[in-house]
Amino acid sequence: MKHLLNTNDIGRDEAVLILDTASEMANLTDRSVKKLPALRGRTVVNLFFEDSTRTRISFEAAAKRLSADVISFSAKGSSVSKGETLKDTALTLEAMGADAVVIRHSASGAPYRLATSGWIEGSVINAGDGGHQHPTQALLDAYTMRRHLRANTGDLSGLKVMLVGDVLHSRVARSNVALLHTLGAEVTLVSPPTLLPVGVEQWPARVAYSLDEDLEAQDVVMMLRVQRERMNEAYFPSAREYSRRYGLDSERMARLPKDSLVMHPGPMNRGLEIGDMVADSDRSVIVEQVANGVTV
Amino acid sequence: MSGDAKSQSEFVLSEVRPLNSDPVDVVIAAGKIREICAPGTGAARNPIAQVIPGAGQVLLPGLVDLHTHLREPGREDAETVHTGSQAAALGGFTAVHAMANTDPVMDTAGVAIQVWRLGREAGYVDVRPVGAVTVGLEGQRMAELGAMADSAARVRVFSDDGKCVSDPVRMRRALEYVKVFDGVIAQHAQEPRLTEGAQMNEGVISARLGLKGWPSVAEEAIIARDILLAELVDSRLHICHVSTAGSVDIIRRAKQRGIKVTAEVTPHHLLLTDDLAVGYDPVYKVNPPLRTAADVVAVREGLADGTIDIVATDHAPHASEDKDCEWDYAAFGMLGLPTALSVVAQSMVTTQALDWAGVADRLSTSPARIGQVQDQGQPLAVGEPANLAVVDPDQTWVVNAADFPGPSHNSPYNGMKLPAKVTATFFRGRATVIDGELQW
Repeated sequence: MKHLLNTNDIGRDEAVLILDTASEMANLTDRSVKKLPALRGRTVVNLFFEDSTRTRISFEAAAKRLSADVISFSAKGSSVSKGETLKDTALTLEAMGADAVVIRHSASGAPYRLATSGWIEGSVINAGDGGHQHPTQALLDAYTMRRHLRANTGDLSGLKVMLVGDVLHSRVARSNVALLHTLGAEVTLVSPPTLLPVGVEQWPARVAYSLDEDLEAQDVVMMLRVQRERMNEAYFPSAREYSRRYGLDSERMARLPKDSLVMHPGPMNRGLEIGDMVADSDRSVIVEQVANGVTV
Repeated sequence: MSGDAKSQSEFVLSEVRPLNSDPVDVVIAAGKIREICAPGTGAARNPIAQVIPGAGQVLLPGLVDLHTHLREPGREDAETVHTGSQAAALGGFTAVHAMANTDPVMDTAGVAIQVWRLGREAGYVDVRPVGAVTVGLEGQRMAELGAMADSAARVRVFSDDGKCVSDPVRMRRALEYVKVFDGVIAQHAQEPRLTEGAQMNEGVISARLGLKGWPSVAEEAIIARDILLAELVDSRLHICHVSTAGSVDIIRRAKQRGIKVTAEVTPHHLLLTDDLAVGYDPVYKVNPPLRTAADVVAVREGLADGTIDIVATDHAPHASEDKDCEWDYAAFGMLGLPTALSVVAQSMVTTQALDWAGVADRLSTSPARIGQVQDQGQPLAVGEPANLAVVDPDQTWVVNAADFPGPSHNSPYNGMKLPAKVTATFFRGRATVIDGELQW
């Protein structure tokens, strides 16, 4: 696998291998010397056109643990904000000898352009592109689920996972649906019709408009971030109404099975899609999700 | 590139098949078709004429494009009237309609006359300026349509193409006003609110790619409204680049009711589909967007049964930096002139949806009629102006956009093998193209 652009490109065995490797890496975290020589002498560039401290730091820490030289490049305060194009930035990185580029971009498909336009030779890892995909988030989510619910081995066959919220604009939803399906999980998307894309009926997932239908049967409930501004575009009437119908509050959480997980890719809107108590409860693995990001 | 061809004025097209009928020799002299005679006899009867061997090739009236972006004035780095005229000649065209979204906008007689003159100076095709409907294409104040109509450029087609005349009152007024000089409003049907930030056809592919969807209804709603307006004021309406099955259906029913509506489809909407966006290559980004396979079937049926009157290229050159970037930031549009006839052959002729007489109608006779272009789209008959295209239907070719004239190379057909090659083009009796090569 040269690039990591899209979870649709990852087969079941490949996905399990990645998760197995991640669990080996996890042991590293407990050691006093947290380094492996796997990428010694290689240069990894983190190219972030969109702010994301969490994702950038995760990638930076991960590459450093593998002994790579890491250059982090944020669009703000660089030549990118002076109008330099993706192409010119890529050519510059190529001239600097980047072996891999981790890219976060607000435009869907930007990592594809980087990987397929002949601008650079190195590998491209998609760290989130527009409303398209966020494959490493999906991998860390799958890793987290497997660790808690499948004893950290094999795939996720039979696991019931509910993704709740703004599916339309969510790259996390797209990458998770594909990867979870590949790993054998049963995915349900819960969202108001306004926040579901036309064409969602062809996704390998069940679609529901109500959060209350099947909560009792879920192993995992993952809340997706909803931007408050969406209500100005008439996707929903008000933050309060959204929260009442699609927010995970303590009452709804009480209906979940005892050993189920509550997840959120962050950053959270406490009080909108997820209740304060829920986010901090012992079911919530949201903080662990971040730590697992480094592992994956 | 011989200098002779430009001055050479007598030609014999030997053994060509007019509209694919039986072979004849066609003699061109003094800008007109002087003689049509038995195959193999033309050269002897016209000894000073240059003989163009045409055995097995189809003779068509010179093609007429109702929808071309020549980019001059303003974006000469993407295309000029000169290079666009060359691209047209290579594609078998003898007339093009230059859209109004130049910089400055073609919303005055002055700009229209400038473009018209540049076309005359280039000399490859008739360049017919299309006037803007509203000042600056801003959809507010009506441009001086009458001044453009009365000018030397004799503008008859008016369009804010690239933008929709979305205000129903202004659209109504424009439709009424052009009745004075029998003009036509060519509407770019795109409901602006339904397409804010839209990037590609809304459907299964856009859902997967996370690109903002462009619903079919954004086109169909405007077409339906404008048809009702055209009926109300009894004026002529032309619909640009029809792309959806629903649009074809609405236009078909309007024609059955006798409303004066005509419509065009682009070559790319006859052949290409939205799944080409999966690699995020902006060469496939176009307005209106590429649609689904079902839509392609519907526009082909519409073109075959006459619901859609014509093929128009929407030739839209873009400088490479406007395409060599992220999909969201790339410009809309693709090159169309040099490949139009081959794409129509691929989608309509090889599928037997149209014969060559049908191609001549959809690409020459009907667009000349809608645009009221004198001396174009005429029958292949003695005494008619020699605006002609010769096509080898059996010659396949591999498109290499780098070979096209002009600085832009944004062809979605690059590397594709297509049937039917334009071998020669004659504009007012002069050879602009021989053996598939520009003559000057």
